[in-house]
Amino acid sequence: MLEIDDLSVRLPRTARPAIDRISLTVAENETVGLVGESGSGKSLTARAVLGLLPKGARTSGEIRMDGADVLSMSPAGLRRHRTHAAAMIYQDPRAAISPFRRIGDFLAEILREEMGARAARARAVELLGMVGLPEPERHVRQHPHELSGGMLQRVVIAAALAGEPRLLLADEPTTALDVTTQAEIIRLLRELRARTRTGMLFITHDLELAAMICDRVYVMYAGRVMETGPTRQLFAKPRHPYTEGLLSATPRVSDLGTLPPPIPGRPPDLLSAPPGCPFAPRCPHAMDSCTAAAPLLVDGVACVKAEP
Amino acid sequence: MNIDLEVRGLSKRYGAFTAVDDVGFDLATGGSLGLVGESGSGKTTTARLLLGLERPDAGTVLVAGRPLASLGRKDRARLIQIVFQDPLGSLDPRLTVEESLAEVLRLHFPGEPHAARTAELLEQVGLGPREARAMPRELSGGQRQRVAIARALAVRPKVLVLDEAVAALDVSVQAQILGLLAEIRTAGDVSYLFITHDLAVVGCVTDHVAVMRRGRIVESGPTARVLTAPEHEYTRLLLDSVPRPAF
Repeated sequence: MLEIDDLSVRLPRTARPAIDRISLTVAENETVGLVGESGSGKSLTARAVLGLLPKGARTSGEIRMDGADVLSMSPAGLRRHRTHAAAMIYQDPRAAISPFRRIGDFLAEILREEMGARAARARAVELLGMVGLPEPERHVRQHPHELSGGMLQRVVIAAALAGEPRLLLADEPTTALDVTTQAEIIRLLRELRARTRTGMLFITHDLELAAMICDRVYVMYAGRVMETGPTRQLFAKPRHPYTEGLLSATPRVSDLGTLPPPIPGRPPDLLSAPPGCPFAPRCPHAMDSCTAAAPLLVDGVACVKAEP
Repeated sequence: MNIDLEVRGLSKRYGAFTAVDDVGFDLATGGSLGLVGESGSGKTTTARLLLGLERPDAGTVLVAGRPLASLGRKDRARLIQIVFQDPLGSLDPRLTVEESLAEVLRLHFPGEPHAARTAELLEQVGLGPREARAMPRELSGGQRQRVAIARALAVRPKVLVLDEAVAALDVSVQAQILGLLAEIRTAGDVSYLFITHDLAVVGCVTDHVAVMRRGRIVESGPTARVLTAPEHEYTRLLLDSVPRPAF
């Protein structure tokens, strides 16, 4: 359904590509995780899929949605694409919805042009029911400040579902929420997937969260995919030193009283272009050859020391 | 056992809304207490009351045995310091890291030479000479948090309040800062009040924890007991909500 093929994105005034030759697929009814720290290029990847790259970005490679090339779509084609093909669930619902508009108007606007005002209004009520809000008829007349963060995030999800998209892009959809609300939203996303067979690209910095909901995971670092595979396998037997480091650096409730071992150093910014493998300066296993050339992703892992 | 921070019957209302409702706890000298809760639980208002940024409607706070209400601003700052989630908001953007530390030292220890102490603080939080001469905006999130910690430690406070201090950091960097904080506590005479929503962080850096909900402490005790055998229904809900792999 979604195919990203050897995509690179270079932003103006930067030393290295923000996205560096990544390839990725999402199939129907599949939830795929894109996991990485800040600056890994994960959010930019989502923006690229929506055709929302910043001005001056230079791209190579291809993004295909059901065969259609996203990077060469017309503005009208992109509008359709963002409603019916790939819709985004944003991180902070209070930033995504205008505080001055009623919930119903916010939702109906997405579809008014296509189905007329009356039908769009009815659809808004239906959508709010779909995302589990208790009183859809009342909520359409409410303003954002009358709803809690969790309820508003349901509205954002309803907006993404409005055009019955084939793919949902969820960019840290629960990061701004409380833990208990996060658990509810994850439950909702799972239910929706079972009901609608929508594919989902789930972007997060939180490996544990990815493991909860994703069938497969791509681990990104400095714009590159370092490792990919079925979630269970990736967690049980990480093959890239970065994946391994990230997993052990994550604090867990089950590891009471022990400090997680950190990865030394920090992720590279866009203004420096370390030669070879971008993780080499922080890697406990780095050899001379690691800084000579960046290893390609072979058999799901981009590391010369990885075992098959 | 000596108590660095003794809080009794602390309450704060805003109109009809009670943000902090009869909150009490002890923080032992050299101890680490987690104050856990979701948004609206009152944990941040509690921190603001402890720092004297807000005035409580009722209750007492003793820092190192001295009533907070009787202390002047400077004395209070010498006893209790805070590190926020995003230090960019609390660091002067026009001062280098070095200057920023020197400023605190000049204010609290006037007339004393502070070059050696500045170097010592930078060393303690793992910052080199290059970072010392940098402006806050030229540093990464983790480095800025190190600066904020160094600034807070400069006055040798008894209590350090960490308000979601590692929440905005990348996992790999967060582990570095948690390690640094643990090191500092082992080395020196400082106790921590860790304010956070993250139970996993609480589990690795605190010895006691208090769970807050709607302004009240619903459960408190040794961290290991609360996280493995929670007694309150809400603590159980929080623990059940922590993401864990589906397999």
